[in-house]
Amino acid sequence: MAMRLPLPGSEPTPPLEDDFERDLHTEHQLLNMGPSHPATHGTVKFLIELDGESIVDLDIQVGYLHRGFEKECESGTWYQAIPYTDRLNYNSAILANLGYVMAVEKLLGIEPPERCLWLRTLGGELSRLGDHLTRCGAACLELAAMTPFLYGIEAREITWDLQEMLCGARVTSNYIRIGGVKHDLAPGFPAKCRDAIAKIRALLRDFDDVITGNRIFVDRLRGTGVISREDCLRWAVTGPILRSAGVGLDLRKQAPYLVYDQLDFDIPVGEVGDNYDRYLVCVEEMQQSLRIVEQCLVKLEKLGPGPVNTLDPRVRWPAKGRVFNRMEELIQQFKSVTEGPRVPAGEAYHAIESANGELGFYVVSDGSAVPYKVRCRPPSFINLPPMRKMLKGALLADLIPTFDFINMVGGECDR
Amino acid sequence: MEHFDSPALRCLLERFPNAVQATHAAFGDATAQVERGSLLEIMRCLRDEPGLDFEMLSDVTAVDWLGQQPRFELVYHLYSVKQNHRVRIKSRVPEHEPEIASLVPLWPSADWMEREVWDLYGIRFSGHPDLRRILLYEEFEGHPLRKDYPKEKRQPLVGPRN
Repeated sequence: MAMRLPLPGSEPTPPLEDDFERDLHTEHQLLNMGPSHPATHGTVKFLIELDGESIVDLDIQVGYLHRGFEKECESGTWYQAIPYTDRLNYNSAILANLGYVMAVEKLLGIEPPERCLWLRTLGGELSRLGDHLTRCGAACLELAAMTPFLYGIEAREITWDLQEMLCGARVTSNYIRIGGVKHDLAPGFPAKCRDAIAKIRALLRDFDDVITGNRIFVDRLRGTGVISREDCLRWAVTGPILRSAGVGLDLRKQAPYLVYDQLDFDIPVGEVGDNYDRYLVCVEEMQQSLRIVEQCLVKLEKLGPGPVNTLDPRVRWPAKGRVFNRMEELIQQFKSVTEGPRVPAGEAYHAIESANGELGFYVVSDGSAVPYKVRCRPPSFINLPPMRKMLKGALLADLIPTFDFINMVGGECDR
Repeated sequence: MEHFDSPALRCLLERFPNAVQATHAAFGDATAQVERGSLLEIMRCLRDEPGLDFEMLSDVTAVDWLGQQPRFELVYHLYSVKQNHRVRIKSRVPEHEPEIASLVPLWPSADWMEREVWDLYGIRFSGHPDLRRILLYEEFEGHPLRKDYPKEKRQPLVGPRN
């Protein structure tokens, strides 16, 4: 983890002379920022009450990207909700697929084969890497540092190329299936992936050299957007923000799913809970994600070819050869396609650690082939309201890095 | 009623034997259905009781069981970082009086999530400091996640506001 620079001695600003104070008439000013503002990557509106340059109060207005995700899910099959999850957090679509599918699998009681678990972990970590690169790169851009943004986005391109090789799409992956994944690794993937990891490591080194110790960057991040450990818990904040405040909560360690209990990785934890700590936590998490990807590649090569989908007939289509030659399998295929799988009645909640924090899905089934209720617990939506507390009394300019490192993603926040 | 070895359910069954209506632990998720009048009291107990320590109100949502009485079901997910355990609390509210106590006095995270439930389901939270729509706009008619709200329903056009 990169080292924090020592704090310079902070001198209190000298009080203003009475003469300057006496006749000065000031009044608070209301400023609309957004919903489409070049310095915020996300459609969100801030209604800011300003006293000079200081923020007196702040109203955060979300919902500009509301597309009725939950309503749409209630009108299709359980499978048809998976592409919608891609469009929640579009920076890390595979993680959103994974959260939904694991909740449905919990209801169905399906255990995917081992190779599938490793593939999901690999895809998920590539996704997380892309998400953190977007967050850190875009934050630099919005603080007027163009060069590190380009390094970050170049590295993200590489992760997207890998995701394209994995599932055929760069952004909206639609990779995870109930009981499996879309398909196994393409030939030559491990070699290409190792090559890409080396390139990403080099880019992250450049990124680190350019910006981590940069005086302007550090000054704008350090001591801004501070939130305490207790406040994080009260506001149910999770992910890098909570870890930057000194709580080592990561569901990959606390409630290991997939194969995270067999992997060797560390959870970086901050001290102060300011934007600089959040930046450092994210940068270190990217290194840890690369480590996990490498371990997944080794394990997948060791496992050798094998099934990547469950054989459970409730969710899998029968083999094509049988569909073409046998009546029963033909009927099964027809029913699977037209009706979709029936999920036993009940309710389940499953949470995974997404790039922004706890991404949970609460699914309710009434026993039919259509979800009765799909609730996404969106970390972006829940991490955003404490921003008001973080920024009260701060300077207007502090809003930009604070918002960047909260990493609100419109698709996930507004659903 | 059984506590399924969950410390939270055990505590609730001891302290509030009359308010807990049902419990289950399907798929490992400890769940209690409670009477809506006691919600605030029960939640305070879950938050403050040593050994339970639910510091986090992780999620608030609702389910519309159209045709059943009472119609709406509030679903709360609680998480304790200290103890690393979870519990789900559910409470039903009737259609003619869709109202329940707000949890904002206990956890500020309830603020936006309750606003969302009000917005999409039309369930009011008494004691909420600022209960207004959050994902939709003020002029929106109806509450779209109710099962009797048709997906294709059109909304009146709203002109620009200043």
